[in-house]
Amino acid sequence: MGWRLIRTYTILVYLFMFLPIVVVVLLSFNANQFGSFPMTGLSTRWFEALWNNDAILRAFRTSIVLGLMTATISTVLGVLASLALVRYQIPGRNLITTLLIAPILVPEVVLAVALLLFLNFLNIGKSFTLLLAGHVIFTLPFVILVVQARLVSIRRDVEEAALSLGASPMQTFFAVTLPLLMPAVAAGGLFAFTISFDDITGTLFWKPGGIETVPTQIFSMLRNSISPEINALGTVIIVLTVGLPLIGVAVARILATRSGA
Amino acid sequence: MSIEQREARQPWILLAPALTAIGLLLIVPLMFIVVYSFWLKSAAGADTPGFFLDNWTEALTDRFYRDILLNTLKIAAITTIACAVLGYPAAYFISRSRGNKMILLLLLMLPFWISYIIRTMSWINILGVSGALNSAMIYIGIIDEPVQMLYNQTTVILGLVHFLLPFMVLNIFVSLDGIDTNLEDAASSLGATRWQGFLQVTLPLSLPGLAAGGLLCFVLAAGTYVTPVILGGPRDAMFANLVYEAIIRQLNWPLGSALSLLLLIVLGVLVLIYNRYLGMAQLAKGLG
Repeated sequence: MGWRLIRTYTILVYLFMFLPIVVVVLLSFNANQFGSFPMTGLSTRWFEALWNNDAILRAFRTSIVLGLMTATISTVLGVLASLALVRYQIPGRNLITTLLIAPILVPEVVLAVALLLFLNFLNIGKSFTLLLAGHVIFTLPFVILVVQARLVSIRRDVEEAALSLGASPMQTFFAVTLPLLMPAVAAGGLFAFTISFDDITGTLFWKPGGIETVPTQIFSMLRNSISPEINALGTVIIVLTVGLPLIGVAVARILATRSGA
Repeated sequence: MSIEQREARQPWILLAPALTAIGLLLIVPLMFIVVYSFWLKSAAGADTPGFFLDNWTEALTDRFYRDILLNTLKIAAITTIACAVLGYPAAYFISRSRGNKMILLLLLMLPFWISYIIRTMSWINILGVSGALNSAMIYIGIIDEPVQMLYNQTTVILGLVHFLLPFMVLNIFVSLDGIDTNLEDAASSLGATRWQGFLQVTLPLSLPGLAAGGLLCFVLAAGTYVTPVILGGPRDAMFANLVYEAIIRQLNWPLGSALSLLLLIVLGVLVLIYNRYLGMAQLAKGLG
């Protein structure tokens, strides 16, 4: 019995995970004007409606700009911090690591409230900058975890060889370490972008009136009812979020084989 | 400055930007709301600084808050157990399968990449009055009228399990994958059945992964704001919803501070207990 039973069970778990997603995609092509069964025919009209919906397009632009800026800042901060943690003997290393990954363990609401009230106290109200700062704090731990894991496996010798041949620490970093680290940098950046793009709780606390990201836009649309347009938007996001990481993994692989790691 | 001194400064220069960011955007704000939670909300708009225990008294003694806190912890616990029950066999299957383990794992992690809000609302398509399940049951003839299955505590838990299961599977997988399969063979050569071998060898060795996954699921579930709003009924608010109400709607910042700190303390105690017995390194393994 054993093994076959576990396999069936696992298939059911996969079904549980994928069924809702399949239904979203299916319903987004529904010709019916309500986002519901029974389906009356296939149509792409909801994708056209999406394309003509200014609010959604604006939200997309905001989310992409925010995600790119978050990813850039987090990746730079994360790479620098990881270098210090992996390449140097520093006192209190464990404490510093715990501090740097703390944002994962602090519930998002608490973090959101603390940052909002503190900046409000300093007379810095809700703004895009607050949103960006918050997203950087959320994503930084993930970048550090990914980059650190890779950095540990890059041998110290190659860097020392470059240094002994007269390269400055800066030259060594850019000519030796960074290229070897590139897969992790790419993965960390992509991770940061995806988390930022998907974040909703913190964003609801921090966003100034009038600015919507894709998740908060969907959230406010859901207050009315679930429309086929939301399903179409869901389908677009599913294609983007599944497609992007897969492309990312592929690019990381190519970079890894080129750098010979 | 000597070379040694400059060398010793280098790591701190590298760490400075990240530590400054965490310090200014996390640590200082957290200390700030500790102070703020003792201030007093005044009707005029400006809050009164000082040391008042009113917010804490309200947060700790009001039955309304206590019930929602207990309910939140209950939902988080059920979610965590459901994730473990669904996730363990799946993680075991993936780690022991002869096929391509990484593809199987990646496939299960795919939903993790798909937008949280899309995945949450997708359950409306399935359980709603005109959703897939009702339509199917009417078509088959089990029911004549659609049944309202949405907007209750069960659907909140369902949405949370769907959201958090990949975290659980990944953590258990990392643990199981690190166990030498020869150990199971050794157990069976010493006369243990497969089931005994699993119970006495594999399961105990994989407990750290199960605990790490459990902690993540519990903390993330207990802090949820969006799922109860989308999939719950009016009476299914969780603790984060209270915090949102206090801060954004009522603008009662001192009370909101006290409430969010209460949540942080309750979950913090859990994290500390975990850290005492298993350490943070285990958690980092499953996340990285």
